Amino acid sequence: MSSILYVFSRPPHGSINAQEGLDTLLMGSAFTTCSVLFVGDGLMQLIEGQSTDEMGTKNFSLGFGALKDYGVTRIACSKPDLVASGLTKGDFVIEVESLDAEGMQALIRTHDKVLNF
Amino acid sequence: MSGLFCVCQPMKFAIVVHGAPYSSEACLSALMFAKAVLASGHSINRVFFYHDGVYTANSLIAPPQDETAVSEQWQEFGISHHIELIACIASCLRRGILDETEADRYGKSGSNLAPGFTISGLGQLIDASINADRVVTFGV
Repeated sequence: MSSILYVFSRPPHGSINAQEGLDTLLMGSAFTTCSVLFVGDGLMQLIEGQSTDEMGTKNFSLGFGALKDYGVTRIACSKPDLVASGLTKGDFVIEVESLDAEGMQALIRTHDKVLNF
Repeated sequence: MSGLFCVCQPMKFAIVVHGAPYSSEACLSALMFAKAVLASGHSINRVFFYHDGVYTANSLIAPPQDETAVSEQWQEFGISHHIELIACIASCLRRGILDETEADRYGKSGSNLAPGFTISGLGQLIDASINADRVVTFGV
């Protein structure tokens, strides 16, 4: 059965893309092997301690805690984007592996399909 | 277009549309791509409209006469080629795209799902992705 890699590249609350991406990832992991790669502004989705109380939007970042329970195989982020953003893995709500360009290429190659959000 | 897919075996494509008609070029590009897929001898297992792409399924769209009727062209394409056009239910409900069942369920005054479209769940996107040889997303 086809494996699916989800690539998240959008910041969390400026649009609904990030939330819809997480919804699709959780749904997909019920059907087949899934992994996720955070790149660019998508890394901001993972920042711990987000609050949307004063924004009127849903704080869906809490849902990332469920990825392991849903059997998501690999949870990775771009190492160059991590460095460029000034963030560290310690800033994130979940444990992620950071990959250099070659690592990201390998991750993409080892999955049959890629869905972008 | 056919040069992009120089393969001997016909392939099965899943097409995902995230862009709304007129706001985004993605919706029309996806339609042109879908037509090119069939013209090249390949097949399409499903077209999934997600995010603002579900606006394509709005039957109340009334564009100026000198502009492309994007939604109507999608309807015609889906119906004439017997290709499933699925609009994500969560995206539809948030944006006011309702079939009669959903309009009744939520007590809304009317339904507006265009002919040829079906409202269904995210599982349809996953299923299409798993079973296609290629998934092509427009508007992300």
